Amino acid sequence: MGRYALKRLVQGAITVWFIATATFFAMHMVPGDPLASDKAVSEKIRANLEAKYGLDKPLLTQYGIYMGNLARGDFGISFTQENRRVNDIIREHFPVSATLGILAVVFAALGGILWGALTALNRNRMPDIVIMLLVILGISVPSFVFAALGQLTLVNINNLLGFSLLPVAGWGTVAHMLIPSLVLGLGTMAYLTRLMRSSMLEIMNSDFVRTARSKGVPAPRIFTHHQLRNAILPVITVLGPSIAVITTGGFVVEIVFAIPGLGRYFVQAVQQSDYTVIMGTTVFYGAFLVLMVIIVDLVYGLIDPRVRLE
Amino acid sequence: MSETTFSARDFESVHTDEAVQVIARPSLSYWQDAWVRLKDNRRALFSLYLILALLAFTIAGPWVWTVDPQTQDLDQISRAPGPAAQATIVAPYVPWDGSTLAPPGTGLRLAEPATTQAVRLLWEPVEGARGYRVYRNLFPIGEERAFGLPLFDILDPLDTSFEDRLDLKPRNYFYSVVELNPDGEPTGAHQTIEVDVERVTTLEEAAAAGLVPEGAELREGDSVELAFHPLGTDYLGRDMLARLMSGARVSLFIGIFAPILYILFGVVYGATAGFFGRWVDQVLMRFSDFVVALPFLLFMILIRVASGVQPGESGIAPLVIALVLLGWPATARLVRGQILQIREEGYVSASRLLGAKTGYLVLRHMIPNTMGVILVTLTFAVPSAIFTEAFLSFIGMGVAPPEASWGSMCNEGIKTMLTYPHELIFPALFISITVLAFNMLGDGLRDALDARMRGTE
Repeated sequence: MGRYALKRLVQGAITVWFIATATFFAMHMVPGDPLASDKAVSEKIRANLEAKYGLDKPLLTQYGIYMGNLARGDFGISFTQENRRVNDIIREHFPVSATLGILAVVFAALGGILWGALTALNRNRMPDIVIMLLVILGISVPSFVFAALGQLTLVNINNLLGFSLLPVAGWGTVAHMLIPSLVLGLGTMAYLTRLMRSSMLEIMNSDFVRTARSKGVPAPRIFTHHQLRNAILPVITVLGPSIAVITTGGFVVEIVFAIPGLGRYFVQAVQQSDYTVIMGTTVFYGAFLVLMVIIVDLVYGLIDPRVRLE
Repeated sequence: MSETTFSARDFESVHTDEAVQVIARPSLSYWQDAWVRLKDNRRALFSLYLILALLAFTIAGPWVWTVDPQTQDLDQISRAPGPAAQATIVAPYVPWDGSTLAPPGTGLRLAEPATTQAVRLLWEPVEGARGYRVYRNLFPIGEERAFGLPLFDILDPLDTSFEDRLDLKPRNYFYSVVELNPDGEPTGAHQTIEVDVERVTTLEEAAAAGLVPEGAELREGDSVELAFHPLGTDYLGRDMLARLMSGARVSLFIGIFAPILYILFGVVYGATAGFFGRWVDQVLMRFSDFVVALPFLLFMILIRVASGVQPGESGIAPLVIALVLLGWPATARLVRGQILQIREEGYVSASRLLGAKTGYLVLRHMIPNTMGVILVTLTFAVPSAIFTEAFLSFIGMGVAPPEASWGSMCNEGIKTMLTYPHELIFPALFISITVLAFNMLGDGLRDALDARMRGTE
């Protein structure tokens, strides 16, 4: 297990290096002088930036400086806000996005497993048909429509009740988090439900389930100990990529619900051509996602020993 | 033992019909077999028709519905879908000083029927008030006393009339008159009236907009039919149906063209890796692992920024390029796996034994045998590309005005979601239907084409 973990970590580190390099060269393809935009950069910032990044030096030297800074965990200084370090921006806004994302992943995973198991157990009966219709809806309706509808429903419920049951927008308390994270997790939940259903159907017809049944194991125990445990495995495999989809998909939810997360900040940074923030956020997100995938894989290795042998 | 005699006749063969001997069904090629299976799958067939209808809507639609998607119909801004609207012809506007004969009654009331030309309000002077503030709202005034849009402050307690001409729509409004205290601040006291505004136009306006039928003699009190917008108009008065058609061109172009490009690239890449194997395979697949690890949406935006698209500009080409740059690895991996498998098949060895060259092997045996998988991948790639475009346009990082795509229309529609929901619903509906249709077709194709995946769901 230790060797496997180490191998994955080294691979991850190389991947992060690739992401950082791709980001650096992509941003240096931007035509023109990034500092000479119409949103004038003040002299102070400009001098700071030129000194720090060696902007008058050749590209490869700049690349060296950039990678050196990154290795020390320094993402640089904002182009548009004086004396604001990208690290501070990430430190301030990322926890919000992460909380939102984690809640959404929990919603999606729990919901997906629950609904998937439920549909498989009731194959071709009413619950199966209804839930699978909802799943089709969840897969084909864009997330921003869910976000808009979620907010609209909330407004109507609050109006109907005459008091604010759940806040419509903003961030701060648990009440703020519920609906946005639910909306964010909905698409993934639909996808996971489908996956769980087919995996569960396969397990239900497998030999070990039949053996357990013939030995007289009670049905609830077969469900929890034999079917559920094995059917969850494929769901866990796609959980890593799902975390990626959910965390970056948070942009829309953050915008619609006015949540001060990193995604919303990233969109703002693009609108203001704040290059250091764009680069810093991208590399940070990339590293975070790589780490998440590794963690999920390691957890998977713990649950299913067969994986480690490969 | 009796003797049996045989004649020559006994050795003639019994007449047989040649056709009876053939007991096999006619042999079906792979694609014929797939087509038969697809035709039996009602959901897949339905989605195929749906996609054809969408393509017809996109390509042939603009010939049938020739309204220009850019033209603004300022008489009918944000009009809900429905039959053509009628407007009553009235006399040209005459300024009003509030001194008309007050109609009977007390309290806040209309001086004359409310029209889109003007809403004229009258009320009684209130003892002790410094003046009045007039509000207009789209909704009834609730507990929280949200009066809506403040229109005007009247700072004369005896001036008890108000004329509203601000952007009137044929709908219900709630006008409130709130008393002002001597400091000019609103006191709690207010009167509210619900006003039903009628759509009117003048003769000159109707003639200028080309609404008067030829040879018709119109008088005041007659009604004319306004331009027809079956699906309503957006917040600038542009025809929704025409805009949905032009948006479909952009959305479907990106949604179909980009996947074709990146799957083509993925096929070449994966086939190269799979066929050459060894270190070529190692290097190529390691690189594709890196590309997979890039955070997809962030890099979509990054590539857009890198190609010099300013915020607020439309970037269709960068969007397609970004999709191609980031989308290919999944196909490459799939095709590589297929090629590795096919390479070991007996018919490939046989072909090689007969002297087939590498190029021939790849083109004749390997690519055709992966076509099914490739087609399925393509069908599933379309909805995800459409989603990506819609998502990016929605956050303002894709297609921007004046160009329309379904995503950018949703972006515009969400701002008026509460009052004019059709501006969000229609484009969202088109995205959902398209994505649904391609997903269902993909499921059907997978069942029909891919023998190994058959029956997994």
